Amino acid sequence: MVAVAQHPNIEMRTLAEVVKVSGFIGNFNVTIKQKAKYVDWDLCTGCGTCWEKCPSKKIKDEYDLGIGLRTAIHKVFPQAVPGKPYIDAANCTKLTKDKCGICEKVCPTEAIRFNDKDELITEEVGAIIMATGYDLFKWEENHGEYGYGKYPDVVSSLYFERLVSAGGPTGGKIVRPSDGKEPKSVAFIKCVGSRDDTKGKSYCSRACCMYTAKHAYQVKDKIPDGEAYVFYMDVRTAGKNYEEFYQRSLNAGARYIRGRVSKIYPRGDRLVLKSEDTLMGMPMEVEVDMVVLATAMVPSEGAAELAKTIGFSTDKDGFFQEAHPKLQPVETFSAGVYLAGACQGPKDIPDTVAQASAAAVKVCGLFSKTELATEPMIVEIETDKCSGCGFCVPICPYNALSLVDLSFRGHHGTVTREIAEVNPSLCQGCGACLPACRTLALSLKGYSNEQLVAEVDALCL
Amino acid sequence: MVNAVTLIPAREHDRQLISKVEKEAGTSINLCYQCGKCTAGCPAAFAMDYPPRQIIRLLQLNLVDQALEAGSIWICASCDTCSTRCPRGVDIAALMDAMRREALYQGKITDKKVAAFNKAFLNGVRNFGKAYEAGLLMQYNLTTGQLLKDAGLGLPMMKRGKVSMIPHSIKGKDEIKKIFDRAKQLGGE
Amino acid sequence: MKEFAYYPGCSLDSSAIEYGMSMERTADILGIKLVELEDWSCCGATSGHNTDHLLSLALPARNLAIAEKMGMNVLAPCAACYSRHRAAEHAIRSSKSMGDKIREVIDMDVQGTVETLSVLDVLANDIGPDQISQKVTKPLSGMKAACYYGCLLVRPVGITGFDDPEDPQSMDKIVKATGATPIDWSYKTECCGAALVTSRPDVGNRMLYNVLRNAQESGAECIVTACPLCGLNLDMRQAAVEKEFKTRFNLPVFYVTELVALACGDTPKQVGADRHFVDTLKYLSQIEVNRVRAASEKTEEKAAVVSSETESPDPEATQKKIDAMLKGWQKNPEKMAARLIEDEERAAVLVEVMTGDEKKMTRLAELMVTDTDKAVKAAEAFVTAELKKKQA
Repeated sequence: MVAVAQHPNIEMRTLAEVVKVSGFIGNFNVTIKQKAKYVDWDLCTGCGTCWEKCPSKKIKDEYDLGIGLRTAIHKVFPQAVPGKPYIDAANCTKLTKDKCGICEKVCPTEAIRFNDKDELITEEVGAIIMATGYDLFKWEENHGEYGYGKYPDVVSSLYFERLVSAGGPTGGKIVRPSDGKEPKSVAFIKCVGSRDDTKGKSYCSRACCMYTAKHAYQVKDKIPDGEAYVFYMDVRTAGKNYEEFYQRSLNAGARYIRGRVSKIYPRGDRLVLKSEDTLMGMPMEVEVDMVVLATAMVPSEGAAELAKTIGFSTDKDGFFQEAHPKLQPVETFSAGVYLAGACQGPKDIPDTVAQASAAAVKVCGLFSKTELATEPMIVEIETDKCSGCGFCVPICPYNALSLVDLSFRGHHGTVTREIAEVNPSLCQGCGACLPACRTLALSLKGYSNEQLVAEVDALCL
Repeated sequence: MVNAVTLIPAREHDRQLISKVEKEAGTSINLCYQCGKCTAGCPAAFAMDYPPRQIIRLLQLNLVDQALEAGSIWICASCDTCSTRCPRGVDIAALMDAMRREALYQGKITDKKVAAFNKAFLNGVRNFGKAYEAGLLMQYNLTTGQLLKDAGLGLPMMKRGKVSMIPHSIKGKDEIKKIFDRAKQLGGE
Repeated sequence: MKEFAYYPGCSLDSSAIEYGMSMERTADILGIKLVELEDWSCCGATSGHNTDHLLSLALPARNLAIAEKMGMNVLAPCAACYSRHRAAEHAIRSSKSMGDKIREVIDMDVQGTVETLSVLDVLANDIGPDQISQKVTKPLSGMKAACYYGCLLVRPVGITGFDDPEDPQSMDKIVKATGATPIDWSYKTECCGAALVTSRPDVGNRMLYNVLRNAQESGAECIVTACPLCGLNLDMRQAAVEKEFKTRFNLPVFYVTELVALACGDTPKQVGADRHFVDTLKYLSQIEVNRVRAASEKTEEKAAVVSSETESPDPEATQKKIDAMLKGWQKNPEKMAARLIEDEERAAVLVEVMTGDEKKMTRLAELMVTDTDKAVKAAEAFVTAELKKKQA
């Protein structure tokens, strides 16, 4: 990440979002909203004096899923690039009540700017790569059998990640949220919200089998005489060395039980799981200190709106739609917009890196050309039939149609009228505009009205 | 208990029977991916020879006769926990019910006690239009050879005014008899 | 006034007589009119759908047909009756062919136009906990109740739908409105064993045991239910379960309507609470004793607060204060005058007026202790009078 930030050809903007995109491949106009940071990063050295002195210390840290606390002025996470802070305006006493301002006083380079405002910046780009990642399925909202989130020791896998992370709020120690004690037994439940047609998503979230094997191993490794139970339906560890990784967890003593957990309920300060070992055909109850749920990967919040803003499609689950599941995994139907990573579908790091490299190369390939060859089967307009009614313009999902002036010599001098024009680089040949054209001026190359009628004749006559 | 089974291509008769049971239950066994959540949550699973997941497995393997002879379909309490939690939306409780009715219809009564209880209950309803609790218990005890079962509760119940030795009929009890007969005629679908 | 076609079901005048009695009492107290369904018949309960699908829908459909003629929704306190009637409604509405079959079997017209409602739905959602609280005269404070819903009131969701199937709250709300404390526990909707407790106690007893055990472990002092079979099992069979599993529960079992009627002033006898197997009277009287004690403690507290606020001052102390004021006037009249009048000139005049006039001094001293406003007014009056005199 630091290499990216320091690269002379890369401009990195954090705390910013894309609010408008117009144009087409090779010629996009992107409007970016740079949100107010309240800190001038050209002056800031990241020394940390400000967040040490900030009196608003009791804010739950979102990055740590609320395990730890942070201050109003803070660095998003320890490894953030650039390693500089911004102010969370909603929780800053100066920005809400005009009191305090300590950070401004102690900053050695006078980098605090309380009068900072959101800024709109426009950039012209030739291509766009989407890499917005994923969020976790909100299991607390509909899994009543697991407690609706009211049992503090039933946590998500991401929460567990923060616990075992050496740079995390517990320094890598696995502790129970309820009392901070080290659990002696941890149960992992896979497929919470995944492969679930009634309460969750129908798909498999792909990465959970591997990271659960990792988590189970970590319990065996970090907790002396600890027990790790993994409740599963399948173990999908299909990548290179993945099977061996899973076997390593088994060899370390992680107990894999094939069966979905029907209910979690508290007994004293422990938790009871009702399951079935389907391989033995025996209903089974287990009492543990902590439960970790491997929850489904869903598109990151706001992904659908972003896709609409930029102008490409999402699939049935809200992930960004690839142009072809096998042959074009990193392209979208909108030329010039590429995909990389979990925003296209659940996947793990090796696959994300592979996709990112592919998308980068696709863009390089694009930029190496001075001319583009586009899909030939696009719309063509017979200008003398076009009445300029403009019905087709709003129908096009790719904004490929527009009305332009056409001037020609008429009886009494130059006449100007409006007709429709198609942008050949935006048009995908979907044909949605055709039924709108009342004068039959629009037709699809390769699928012209005459050709279609001839096909029907051949079948029916 | 280990049975080795030789799997043969499905017989038409079995396929039709499974289809019939599925239709009556309004669900499809092909949806089941054998995750075990139904058995895990079943409060009676501890006492079952083939807990719910296994009943569905037998049907998936077309071993429908074995499923009809299972004891578990009789002690299913119809609590519906399985159907409520099934991630594939399979209505297991309805399936167990449909299997029980089919087993009864075929005379494959693995659990004589439960069958006797149901028969005694419906007998009272058919004769009087309302359940006749004292009669139910007497008929049940008799037909299952447990003459003195719950005898100690008889007097306490009577003392509390909670049981009547005499059945109460409704005016329309003949209508009820006719309902029973017509339902049987129409094939109980 | 809320009106329902009342379907008590076969057990509300027999094995669940407490439910029947308290249901009628509760309806009376809350202003619900119950019009008993004309010549109603058994819904078939579980034995029905265990035996014959069409029969199990036809039996409740007959009652629905009668209710449709009455033009009223049905109130069915029994969970099984509620479930079967809802199943019949659903079948009639969702499939014309099934509806036709049912109509043929019962030989009556039924269209599925009326709705069958459960007591929990009506009390918690229609009437609402606030209305119930208003009628409560003897709150069941301190009662720790485990609200046991069982299976049929909350599942299948497609047929019931008025409360959550994993952590329902409707009964908890009603119980809270009576002043009792509904506890949090994990077996709210776990099956009690139903008919298996009678036909196959080797299976049913353990199911029942699990429910009782979790209630006890979660701190319940009693269990509240809205299903006659659950109530019967938990109550009548509790001793047998204790024996088989070598444990003691001693958990009184109530129907939800019993608690509502009791909290609204009914005696245990009126609601049938004296007919349970596990004694409830001792527990209820303990609750009542606690309630009375807490109430009297409260009134005592209140009285103490009121008396301290309106206490008349001790006359001896007042006299002492007046004497002090008098001494003040005698020793340092300028200072005393300045306390009453800001204006220096007028204060000086007051001093003049006071000097030598014992009567005025005493009067002013009294007022300064008992009513400072009047004291200021009097002082001003003295000065004004004096000035007038001087002018004249």
